[in-house]
Amino acid sequence: MHIIESGNVAAALGVKLSRAQVIAAYPITPQTPLTEKLSEIVEAGELDAQYIPVESEHSALAVCIAASSAGARAFTATSANGLLYMHEQIHWAAGARLPIVMCVVNRGVGAPWTVWNDHQDSISQRDTGWIQIYVNDHQQIIDTVIKSFRLAEEVMIPIMVCYDGYLLSHTYMPFDVPEQDRVDAFLPPYKAPYALDPENPANLNTVTLPDIRFDAQGRLAHGYMEIRYLLQEDMRKALDAASSIERQFFEMFGRGGDAFFELYCCEDADYIAVSMGSLSYHLRDVADLLRASGIRVGVMSVHLYRPFPASMIAQALVHARRIIVFEKALSYGYEGALCSDIKSALFHHGHNQARPEVLGHVLGLGGREIRTEDLHEALKHSCTTPVAHPDEIGWIGLKI
Amino acid sequence: MHAITTILDLPEEEFLNPGNRSCSGCSLGIAYRVALKALGKDTLLVVPPSCLTVLQGLFPIAATKLPSLNVTFASTAAAATGLLGALKAQHKTGIKVVAWAGDGGTSDIGIQALSGAAERGDDFLFICYDNEGYMNTGAQRSGTTPIGALTATTPFKGKLQPKKDVPAIMSAHGISYVATCSAAYPLDIYDKVLKAVTFTGVKYLHLHIPCPPGWGFNPRLSVKIGKLAVKTGLYELYEVEHGQFRLTGASQKLADKKNLVPVEDYFKTQARFRNLGPDQINEIQQLITTRWERYFQTMENGEEG
Ligand SMILES: Cc1ncc(C[n+]2csc(CCOP(=O)(O)OP(=O)(O)O)c2C)c(N)n1
Ligand code: SF4
Repeated sequence: MHIIESGNVAAALGVKLSRAQVIAAYPITPQTPLTEKLSEIVEAGELDAQYIPVESEHSALAVCIAASSAGARAFTATSANGLLYMHEQIHWAAGARLPIVMCVVNRGVGAPWTVWNDHQDSISQRDTGWIQIYVNDHQQIIDTVIKSFRLAEEVMIPIMVCYDGYLLSHTYMPFDVPEQDRVDAFLPPYKAPYALDPENPANLNTVTLPDIRFDAQGRLAHGYMEIRYLLQEDMRKALDAASSIERQFFEMFGRGGDAFFELYCCEDADYIAVSMGSLSYHLRDVADLLRASGIRVGVMSVHLYRPFPASMIAQALVHARRIIVFEKALSYGYEGALCSDIKSALFHHGHNQARPEVLGHVLGLGGREIRTEDLHEALKHSCTTPVAHPDEIGWIGLKI
Repeated sequence: MHAITTILDLPEEEFLNPGNRSCSGCSLGIAYRVALKALGKDTLLVVPPSCLTVLQGLFPIAATKLPSLNVTFASTAAAATGLLGALKAQHKTGIKVVAWAGDGGTSDIGIQALSGAAERGDDFLFICYDNEGYMNTGAQRSGTTPIGALTATTPFKGKLQPKKDVPAIMSAHGISYVATCSAAYPLDIYDKVLKAVTFTGVKYLHLHIPCPPGWGFNPRLSVKIGKLAVKTGLYELYEVEHGQFRLTGASQKLADKKNLVPVEDYFKTQARFRNLGPDQINEIQQLITTRWERYFQTMENGEEG
């Protein structure tokens, strides 16, 4: 059924269709309407779930961690400072290998206070061991929430579904809401491989030594490092799992198709603009304009940011002369994280091949308006001017 | 009132394996063992970092036979809520959820989550074992460290502030059951745990846990010192049932007999109080005496609470 609704409602409907069993969240702009919608869905009896109105984000994730440890499908959502307040829990959920799904409605972080969109919040959680997916529109929000529960439960790794605050969360777009029975066929009920249970008692997340150790029956158990190695291994395996789930989703629902990234006019492109989230649609318009003036530009929008599909990304980019990365986040003192990741993907790719140059731009921090003219100017300049200082990041829309 | 259990009718089944990693003379083991007997098999435990984490053992060996979830320091009560949510969502009944945290994990870093859960009325038992300091990290001050006590972070002057009254804070939430116990009176713990789990919402038990290395006394004296804390009137055993306060067990007897042991006898047993001068001891004695005068009067008036 097609409806016209906000991005936050798309997320809530995805959670409902996924039959989440325990939902805990704390309001923060611009995630708040998602939280409200979920409480409404549960209170109206449209979803048989426990909705816990916790007193903080730290507790929201605590509830999800415990619920998931006891075998329930758990969901939470937050933005910006809420996400940062969860930080130790975010690491914990990944280390404990719990398939929690969380929507991050991207917003800049304080200080100073801002409620507007950028990606600094979720990018700063890049190294926590969560899968991170960035989506571009409302259809992708609802579909990705559903696919994420499937993927998280298959690889036992939690997932952040990241979408732009306001630009997606509060705007209205038409999208298709899949039927419940088809979602049920795609996403079976969660069966935890292990869960807290008096019939089968276990102590979870106990203090673990640096080295491997025998248990009381003389069997060797992992040390901390083995447990963390397996998280990395399974993260890399999640690339294949994500692809295969994406294929199945496409076969059932006729949408999506590439779990890793979306390419727009990249095949013959000399210049490829790379970004994440709704900005990539904006860049497509600019690419059209530039193509009309004879500059062959393509756009890559990265969906799966962790695990990073480095070789596939490099393959898709390596034929271009220049890659221009547009980011709403920054690793202060260096450059945008995506820019570094793209560089490293290309560096590892064909050693004997000529590699494209990579330029990084930062824009839209704290909701600074991204004007099409500025984007056009920056992209055009990046395509047509020799690169004097490849390490210098470009600031778009800066008024200083 | 519930029946008073004697040592003879305590269940034989153990949920704590013999041998654990707590210090010799640690009274947490006494309290934990007897409380787990009262809780029984159908229990899920939540434990934040603390001495109990250490007592519970190092992966893959566990001292506790009950399912137990280790969680982050501030999140104990919220995690208990999460377990309840999962049980309800899966329509599982007859399983108790019990959180066990130290005084730091309860009164300081964990109080927000605990207060939130109490206000929401989530149905679990929260047990705070109070060894009056951050013992796991080497005996630093906590909110419940008593005034005057030397700790690793109050090394010369001793703690300047009085002990935070966590049971009173929990009572102020209007929860159905709050009680205090001491590891020196394990059967009282057993009975209060049995009773606590019959109430709904958050139930709160506060256990006084003498700690030989943290308090500076010989490990063989743990029970004796625990009893002294009660007999001096410094630490009361009581229950608050639906808002009704009443002294229990050894403290009730103390109110009957009106024979408080001088608090100095308690202070003398522990190195952490070696800085207390006569004036400070007198002051504390005054506070205790005034408080107990009220209890004596209540007893004389024959009032229940
Ligand atoms: C967020 C966080 N801060 C600090 C610590 C370090 N830490 C671990 S246990 C502990 C003290 C625990 O004290 P308490 O709760 O009183 O329990 P006890 O060790 O006395 O049994 C501290 C400070 C931690 N694990 N997590
Ligand atoms: S430090 Fe104290 S409370 Fe902790 S294990 Fe040792 S004796 Fe027990």
